[in-house]
Order: sequence, then structure tokens, then C-alpha cells
Amino acid sequence: MDTAQKNGASGEILLEVRGLKKHFPIQSGFLRRVTGYVKAVDGIDFYIKKGETLGLVGESGCGKSTTGRTILRLLDPTAGEIIFDDPNIGKVDLAKLNRAQLKRVRPNMQIIFQDPFSSLNPRLTVGQIVGEPLEIQKVASGQKLKDRVAELLQEVGIRPENMTRYPHAFSGGQRQRIGIARALALNPKLIVCDEPVSALDVSIQAQVLNLLEDLQEKYNLTYLFIAHDLSVVEHISDRVAVMYVGYIVEMARTEQLYYHPKHPYTEALLAAIPKPDPRKRTRPIKLPGDVPSPANPPSGCYFHPRCRYAEEICKVERPPLRDIGGEHWVACHFAEKLQLQGITPLNEIPLIELPRRQASVSATTTAATQIPHPQSLSSQV
Amino acid sequence: MATTTSTPAAPGAIERLQPRSEGQWAVVFRRFRRHRLAMASLAILIIIFGASILAPWIAPFPRDDIGLNRTRLPPMSVDPATGRLHILGTDHLGRDFFTRVIYAARVSLMVAISVTTLVAIIGSILGLLSGFFGGWVDNTISRIMEFVATIPDLPILLILSAIMIQNADLIVLPTWIIGPVAWIMAVPNREATQVALLILVLASLGWVGVARLMRGMALQVREMQYIESARALGGSNAWILIKHVFPNAFPPLIVAFTLGLNSALVSEVAISFLGFGVQDPTPTWGNMMGFATSYMFNHPWMPLIPGLPIFLCSLAFNFIGDGLRDALDPRLKL
Repeated sequence: MDTAQKNGASGEILLEVRGLKKHFPIQSGFLRRVTGYVKAVDGIDFYIKKGETLGLVGESGCGKSTTGRTILRLLDPTAGEIIFDDPNIGKVDLAKLNRAQLKRVRPNMQIIFQDPFSSLNPRLTVGQIVGEPLEIQKVASGQKLKDRVAELLQEVGIRPENMTRYPHAFSGGQRQRIGIARALALNPKLIVCDEPVSALDVSIQAQVLNLLEDLQEKYNLTYLFIAHDLSVVEHISDRVAVMYVGYIVEMARTEQLYYHPKHPYTEALLAAIPKPDPRKRTRPIKLPGDVPSPANPPSGCYFHPRCRYAEEICKVERPPLRDIGGEHWVACHFAEKLQLQGITPLNEIPLIELPRRQASVSATTTAATQIPHPQSLSSQV
Repeated sequence: MATTTSTPAAPGAIERLQPRSEGQWAVVFRRFRRHRLAMASLAILIIIFGASILAPWIAPFPRDDIGLNRTRLPPMSVDPATGRLHILGTDHLGRDFFTRVIYAARVSLMVAISVTTLVAIIGSILGLLSGFFGGWVDNTISRIMEFVATIPDLPILLILSAIMIQNADLIVLPTWIIGPVAWIMAVPNREATQVALLILVLASLGWVGVARLMRGMALQVREMQYIESARALGGSNAWILIKHVFPNAFPPLIVAFTLGLNSALVSEVAISFLGFGVQDPTPTWGNMMGFATSYMFNHPWMPLIPGLPIFLCSLAFNFIGDGLRDALDPRLKL
């Protein structure tokens, strides 16, 4: 699990998370005694290299957002280390910093929120919102602050004249841009994007994603991109980590993970991607039962009650996240043995020539048999 | 979305390019103005308030000018001895009612405004802290709120005023409290002590409602993502409370303030009416009415004279509160 030694000896790792846990106590009764814990994040390990995008996917409630917030110390971790390579201070364990120390590191790590409506204070003008980071960190004031705000707004595609207006005057996509401008204000290294496009229309999603990519290139930003939309994640991520009940079950390069998944849960997730062409529909893998409660997870591998490949050992022993070669990390006892279905890369899907009327029947049938798991076209947002 | 990244803005030129968009308060005021009753109420209040401020200049008689040969004159009657007009008549000691009503407005309105201001300050500080921090802070403040809510103010005032009447020197308030009160009322410090005491008691027992309101607002606002964003930027709790929580909890506070003016006014009137509040000769609408009720069967207009401003002010505060509530509610289209 010592990811740093295996992968980051060159020192290009920006953030490394080791054994991170976040447990929320469940209190009950008159005396509010702690009767248990919701293990929202239960011992995860991952790393993000400088300038890359790590996608973090999983179902609702699997702990993706909690992970993002804990890394930024918006929540205090229960256990584990969050090692961040601060450009000024060097490597620091964020989990151990106090308030004052954190304030010095915060400019280098920012967050973009999911909900463009509750993420902007309705009582402040756009100029005040984007200028807030500069005020808090005492970076600029007066005219300098205004100029910087104007520059930031231009950067995200909002006309700077709009800085005296209030958030209610903007659309969801524009508000999201304002949120991005605020996150950029202090020139951060790491940005946690907490489902930044989930609340937007598909056309606006594409614009915001492109903006994020442009900014990444321009400022050499590193993203932790939290999402549940697999096609969005495939589009933007260099590497992807899959979470299930507070635990990372698989982490690999995007193509590797999508085309050659090694964990049964990833396989099931990928099979659920909707296929726009009804002729290419695949049978989704139906997982029996429900997602277990993070307050009372199953023994051994958390996925074993729903896994069709589960054996005795899965009920007893929790598989560690291990590298099976080529930076492909899997938490499954049988990662090497299983032959799992991913999705087909877009360029491997044979183009179906629109059949002429006479040949239509035979052409479609052959095409359908050739492609067992056709690529979702929606992944090219 | 127009992603026009036009010409780079010259320093300082940006805010001149477009007029400032209509601020939140301009919108509120525009909506408030459409509420006719509230606007009329505002006008009445301004008249009463103005009269009370200008009392020394517009009052035709000295405040405590007793004349036993002209007691209980009806409104618009002329004193045969002096030949001077008493617009609202005279009270049971022959003091000019009009003079006393406008002087009483000073006391009654000042008590109402200062009680409500104190209540708003104490209530919003404790309520916001309680809701924002939660945990043991919330527990402590909530228990204090419950305790204070159970204390009835009337018996406490009764005891205090009994002490005051018996021995005025027993309760000593610092001059920085008495001084301003005495100055506003233009009375000697001894009279001001009673009023100051009344204000303090009413305020220290009346803040619970506002505190609960603000606690609820803080609980709601603190879940907003802009609070989290401010935290991620390194903002301190004080910064977040002042910049984000308070401004967003403010609109209901304004409504509570206006409606609180009404209840403070009425409590002061009730207490003085019973004879436990401000004592004669300092006039308040409450004690004037208290004396007048003894004569109401033969002189039915007498209680109406202090009663009318009470009625008007109370109604006006309520209408303004209603108007503000509508104006501040973004869901209501006016």
C-alpha cells in the first residue's frame, strides 16, 4: 500500500492519501451515546501526480464527496495521512496541521462545488465572491483586487463588467464559471472538483468541462474529479479510481480501467453505461441485493455478497488495494484470474455503413454480433 | 453562454462600463413601496416620531403644568382663566393632554425602540452562535433560552417597581445607561432610572424569540456550500459569521424587529397602565391611560386620547412588518 515508493520516487506526486478514514459517529438515546459509526471513508489509498486528473467514481453515498472534503480538511479525518506537496512548504501531512498552518496551505488547494446555486452567497456581488479569496488571504486589496477579479472573470468567460451584479442574474453554467473563478483566484495547485457538472445541462456540461481542461493546461492544475457520470469521467480523467462503500476497489489509467477492468464491481458499473444505439444494448449485470450500509458493512470484501465471482476467502479477508502491474491497482483476491468485460474502445467499433435498403437485415445482424460490448457514444461529451 | 473574452480591461475602467445592477435592498424598497398600508403606516410613524423629537418646541404648555381650575377639559376647549386653547383637553390635574401625549411619545417610543434594539442584538448574537457552532455551545445557549423563556416579566417588574417606589436609591444603574435615557427624555436622572430599568428588564427577558429565529436561520445557512467554500479559502469562523451567515439571516430579523417594536410598545403600555412601569409625573401613554380610566364614565374621551396613538403606532408597526415580510420574500411576486 505504500504507493509512494512504487510510483512516485521521482517526486512528481502532488497528493498522496494513505489509509484515510472518515467515520461519522451515530448518536442515539437521551444521553447521545455513540452507538456506532458510519464508515463513509474506510481506509483508502491513492495518489495524484502533478498536472493529471484523477477521476473518482462510485454510486451515491459511497464516500466520494466525503473523500474530497476530508482531503481539503473541510472535514477532519478519523485516521490516515494526506500528504500534499505544497510549493512553498514542501511535503506536509494535511491531517496533522492546525488551523493557522492550514490557512497557509489552503491557497494551493481549492474546491469547485456541485450545486451552482448554493455555492455562491446570494447577498454578495460576483466581484465580492471572486474577490473573497484575495481578501481572506490578504493577497490584494482596492484597485489591485478589482483588476485581479476582472482578470479571473475573463479567464472563465464571464464579462468583467458583470462583477457588480448578483449571482441570481446568472444561469447555472455561468454560476459554475464564477465558482471556478473563485477557486482559481489564489493560483491553486490542486482543485477538487466535486461533481462540477452534474447539475448542468448536457450542452453546458461540455462547455464547463472544456473550460476545466483549458485551465488545467494553462495553469498546470491537478484535478481530483469526483463524479458519478462515467462518460464525463472517461472524457476528462487520466486515471480513474472506483469507490465502493468507502473503499477504493480499483484504480488505473482511464483506458485500462474502462477497457480492461479487473474488479467485478467496475465491470458491473461499466455494463450499466447506457448505450445510445438500441441494437447494441448489452444485458446489464444485475447485482443482487442493495449497496450495504456504510454503518454496517459486510465482512471480508465489502462487495462479496453481491459479487458473482465471490468465493470463501472473500467472506473472510478484505483484499488490499494492490498493484497488479502497470499502475493498475485492484482490491480483489482474483484480480489476475478473472476475465472481465470492459467497454469497447471507440476506435475499435467498426463503423456500420448505413445499409442500403436491400441488405439491411444481414448488415445489422453481423454488426451486432461482432460487437459484444459497444462503446457508449455518450462518452464523447 | 457567451464566452466573450473581449478587450482586456483597463485598470479601473471596469466598474464604469456598466451601471451597478439594482442591489438587493433597492429591490426590497421598490417592493415595499407598493404596500400601501405599510407606506401610510410609515407616514403616521414619522409624524408621531417627529412630534416626539420636536416636543419641546411644538408643545404649547410645559409638561407638568398643573392647573386645578381647569381639570378634565374636553378636547378643543378654551381655558376661561387664561383664554388658551387645549387642543386635546386636560387631564385630571389640569395638565395639557396634547403636550403630555407628545412628551409621552418620547418615552413610549424610546422604550419600544431601545428594548427591541437590545433584543435584536442579544438575540441575534446568541442565536447565530448557537445555530452556527452547534454542539455544546448550542446546548448551553438553548438551555439558557428555555430558562429565560419561563421567567414571567410582570412579577419581576412588579417587585422592582415596588422597590423603586419605596426607595429610589436602592437600585443604582451606571450613569452611562441612565445618561442617554435622561438626555433623550429630557428628564432628571431619577425619572430616567425607572425607564432604564424597564428597558433592561423587558430586553433581558424578551430576546428568546429573536434568538430562536436566528438560531434557525444559522442552522439553515451554515449548510450552504458558500460557507464550505469560505472555509476552503481559509476564512475564520468570525469571517464566515459576519460575511456570510449574518447577511443571509438578516431579512427575517428586520421583520422580527418591526413586529417586536409593537410588542415592546404594548408591554410598556400595559406595565405602566397597571402602575408598575414609568411613574407620574413622567408621562407615558400607558400611565396616562391608567389615570384616565378612573374618569372614563363621566369623561369618556379621556382614555381615548392616549389610547389613539397606542392604537395607531401598534397598527403601524404591524403593517410595516407585514409590508417588509412581503417585500423580503423572494417567492412572492408583487
